[in-house]
Amino acid sequence: MSETRRSSSGRAPALLGWASLVLVGATVGLGLVLPKSAEQAEYSRLIAIHPPVAWVSYVAVVVAAIAAIACLLTRRASFDRLNIASLEVGAVFTALTLATGSIWSRPTWGVWWRWDPRLTTEALLLAVLVGAVALRRALPPGRGRAVVTSVFSLATLGLLPLVHFSVELWRSQHQRGTLLAPDPATNADSPYLGAMFLGFVAFTVLYSWMVVQRARIEALEEDADELMLGRAIAERRAEGLGPSDPAPGVA
Amino acid sequence: MGYVIAGYLTTLVGLGAYALWLAQRAKSLRRDRVQ
Repeated sequence: MSETRRSSSGRAPALLGWASLVLVGATVGLGLVLPKSAEQAEYSRLIAIHPPVAWVSYVAVVVAAIAAIACLLTRRASFDRLNIASLEVGAVFTALTLATGSIWSRPTWGVWWRWDPRLTTEALLLAVLVGAVALRRALPPGRGRAVVTSVFSLATLGLLPLVHFSVELWRSQHQRGTLLAPDPATNADSPYLGAMFLGFVAFTVLYSWMVVQRARIEALEEDADELMLGRAIAERRAEGLGPSDPAPGVA
Repeated sequence: MGYVIAGYLTTLVGLGAYALWLAQRAKSLRRDRVQ
């Protein structure tokens, strides 16, 4: 799994960071001034953040699964780092999807939580993502860890259709998809759609920045592990030789 | 409007905290590597 790592101190991550800051700021600004809707009053303003955050959780799972397949096929450590980075960032976005959904459901459904198919499958997705990140931390670096992480990534990809189509498969109170299957009865008019699409772009750019940062941290941690291992081996060798022992190969 | 603000704040604080953790962790690891 070892490979030469290039320094990733280019300007692209910084540009991504600044772009995400500006775009997320614009999304928040636009979202908070959206007009009140007839059905949900001011609560429709949450459309600028909740669906985009959920979208990114999907993107993260798909990217992690693609990286997992590439890692299994090529054994390249860079794909393993991309895999865990996307899983962890995906877990953050999935947790925020549940949190913002809960905040939205309180005034509209009257409860913070309901064992609704969409909410339950999303919570299951979060559990698997957190489990993958936690299990990886418990395993020693190497090929085995990369394979286990890849298997978890593919499992989360298997969960994704269940999460997305849960509103179609079972009776759910959650709103059905309004983009791929437009329903004239929904209130996704142009101002809401505009804010939501800006949110999709903003949070996707932010996700990209986070994944780049997280993958870089993974590389730095691997470097630190290798360095510590090298030092420990050198110390043990020094202890074994002792001050009076001759060096190997010296008569 | 309280729920709307709470939704936005939760998202911004959550993502902001994670982004800060990422930046600090990377900075700390780079500093350790230099030493």
